[in-house]
Amino acid sequence: MAMLEVNDIHSYYGNIHALKGISLTVDKGEIVTLIGANGAGKTTTLKTISGLLHPRHGAIMLEGERIDGLPPHQIVMRGIGQAPEGRKIFGALTVLENLEMGAYARNDTAAIARDLDFVFALFPRLQERRSQLGGTLSGGEQQMLAMGRALMAHPRVLMLDEPSMGLAPVLVEAIFETIRKLNKEGTTILLIEQNAAKALQVASRGYVIETGQIVLQDSAENLRKSEKVRKAYLGEA
Amino acid sequence: MLSNPDRSYPIKIGLLSGVIAVLIALEGMIQAFGARDIIGGVISLGHALLYATFFAAAYLAIRRSGATRLVNTIFVGALSSLIASIFVIALVWLGSWTDLGYVFVNATQPLYELLTFKQGLVVGSLLMLIVGIVMGILAALTVALPAKTRQYILTPVIWVITLGVLQDLVTVTIQNMPFLKPVTNFLYVSNGLSIPGALTIFVLLLAINYFWLEKRSAAQNRYASLPPASRRAVRWGSIGIGVVLLLMLPQILGLYLSEVLDNVGLYLLMGLGLNIVVGFAGLLDLGYVAFFAIGAYTVGVLTSPELGHAVIIGNWWVALPFGVAVAAFAGILLGIPVLKMRGDYLAIVTLGFGEIIRLLALSDVLKPFFGGAQGTRSIADPDIGPLEMTWSPQSFYYLFLAGCILVIFVSTRVKNSRLGRAWMAVREDEDVAQAMGIDLVATKLLAFGMGASFGGLAGAIYASKLTSIFPHSFNFLISINVLSLIIIGGMGSIPGVVVGALALVGLPELLREFSDFRYLLYGAALVVMMLVRPEGLVPEARRAMELEEFREEEEPAKEPVVLKTMGQP
Repeated sequence: MAMLEVNDIHSYYGNIHALKGISLTVDKGEIVTLIGANGAGKTTTLKTISGLLHPRHGAIMLEGERIDGLPPHQIVMRGIGQAPEGRKIFGALTVLENLEMGAYARNDTAAIARDLDFVFALFPRLQERRSQLGGTLSGGEQQMLAMGRALMAHPRVLMLDEPSMGLAPVLVEAIFETIRKLNKEGTTILLIEQNAAKALQVASRGYVIETGQIVLQDSAENLRKSEKVRKAYLGEA
Repeated sequence: MLSNPDRSYPIKIGLLSGVIAVLIALEGMIQAFGARDIIGGVISLGHALLYATFFAAAYLAIRRSGATRLVNTIFVGALSSLIASIFVIALVWLGSWTDLGYVFVNATQPLYELLTFKQGLVVGSLLMLIVGIVMGILAALTVALPAKTRQYILTPVIWVITLGVLQDLVTVTIQNMPFLKPVTNFLYVSNGLSIPGALTIFVLLLAINYFWLEKRSAAQNRYASLPPASRRAVRWGSIGIGVVLLLMLPQILGLYLSEVLDNVGLYLLMGLGLNIVVGFAGLLDLGYVAFFAIGAYTVGVLTSPELGHAVIIGNWWVALPFGVAVAAFAGILLGIPVLKMRGDYLAIVTLGFGEIIRLLALSDVLKPFFGGAQGTRSIADPDIGPLEMTWSPQSFYYLFLAGCILVIFVSTRVKNSRLGRAWMAVREDEDVAQAMGIDLVATKLLAFGMGASFGGLAGAIYASKLTSIFPHSFNFLISINVLSLIIIGGMGSIPGVVVGALALVGLPELLREFSDFRYLLYGAALVVMMLVRPEGLVPEARRAMELEEFREEEEPAKEPVVLKTMGQP
């Protein structure tokens, strides 16, 4: 059974038909990437999965259990964590408080403490800056914090929305390294990216989204080789 | 001469202050405050206001000019305050040449006499120019003093001004303690402080201030080195003294000032309620008066025999929980339709809600329930059991005190709770808060409900205190006043709300001349606060820190290298 299964969802912003039947699956322990251009519907897909947007049609299943239609906080409690686009950390809260906020839906104190140690081990930089305000971190640190905060919910599926956005190349490299490492330790990841080249390097499978529809789906390796992807997303001739 | 490239700044600020000084004069403030002397026969509050404008001009000019040599600072300061004083003189000359009273009602002969120190046009003008220059020099000297010395002197000066201005308060207080009468006779003349009195206060406070600033750390060290038992004793002792003082306050202050305190308490209750909605959860509510009205009308309607309802609860204490509960329920009810609204839209809807409640109370259709324009009368006193007491402002003080303590306690606890954290997250970013697993609907409705319940409590006490309530007592301005006191005190800060209520509700009552200019000064205070201290008088720790750090961040940012500390393969 797939960890996360999205089945033919249609989402709207008012009357605008933003998602026209998106289907995708993420299996346990996988990194699956959803790539596409600006405005293709990547973030809308993520918002629909996390319940901020309700699909008018279609179903979303987490380990066989339907979650579409649930309010966002219940979807978080069922195990979908996310680092939203643009990081969106709480600027007025300290690093530690941001991380604690990530565990808001949980009450298993001992396990939370373990996850905090895990996040600090993953991002030692956050531990150094634990009492600094989130808003004063650099872009790369904010991205680490956003990922750390999402991990604090101990998600079954971690959704990352454009983690490389607006970061210097060295930092992009480092972020993707961390994604790979997280996955090795067992985290299932749905990665949404514009940086198709990088995303297809870490992912095992990928989906290409265009104007609200999946136009291509294959293993990451095949996608890298595909004519269409190379032309449209990898910038090769 | 000037080291700063912006040489025109002293002139600009001088011109600006001149305009402000003229506005203050034409607004009538100098005359209104001119009747109240700080030091009898020497300086009135009206003049002090004018001088303060000159002083501020000089101070700002010096600060901006970056001049360091005393001669330069004196030149810069005197220049800008001189320009400001020229404006004032120009007003007087213009006024004596043509009748300005046609346009400005306050531009009258008495004003000109005040502005020329009753010395005639020429001599008075010269005196005013000299005052301008002196203020400039004083500002330069203030800047030149070492920071510590400035602090030594500034505090006693502020105290002399405060004690002079608050003469009524001090004399009324001391009237209740006859043995202190000789002290007031020494300190005060009929209007303002006596000259020896002012000097005594200054010297005394200078000494106290010096001692305090010099020996504070020593005292703190000694306190820290005390054994825990005695430290606890000191702490409980001071809390005990504070409690006794709070309990004795109405007896010490007398009737009128107890009334003022009641008003402060009323606004404090509302301020703490609105603080939950606006300060904690970040939901801008401009119709908060609605919940105050609902609390008042619920208790009124339930306890007033005049309207002839089927259900009458004679006892105020039994009606009180209904008042609070109905207000809380109304808060939640208002919250449901506005759940998806943010910022400006929310503000407009709540604004409408406030007006709707007032109009419902006023409506003829509902007259059998609420009494329409005639209001609800004969509302019960908060008598306890069969005990019938006479209820005065002094006894209501205790009711407000109890209410405030309760509400402060609840606010403090809830702020540091899980719910408080959730509010903070919602205030920062609703979508992300949801992605953290926060139930947005419950969190917002709890904020509206809890905030409204405090307003309902305020309304319930208010209804009983006045015994009659009328729709026009619940107008929009109350919402604005409550919001202003939160902003001035410091949004989200509980001590800030207390200070805001004292400053915005208490202070104007103490200075009766103030009342005409109340909203003008509110507006000015809000503008100045937003420019100078946007975090409020007693800012919430977090907000202060945030603003502080962002100010630092305006410095060229350093991009830290994080590669090494990221997860290594």
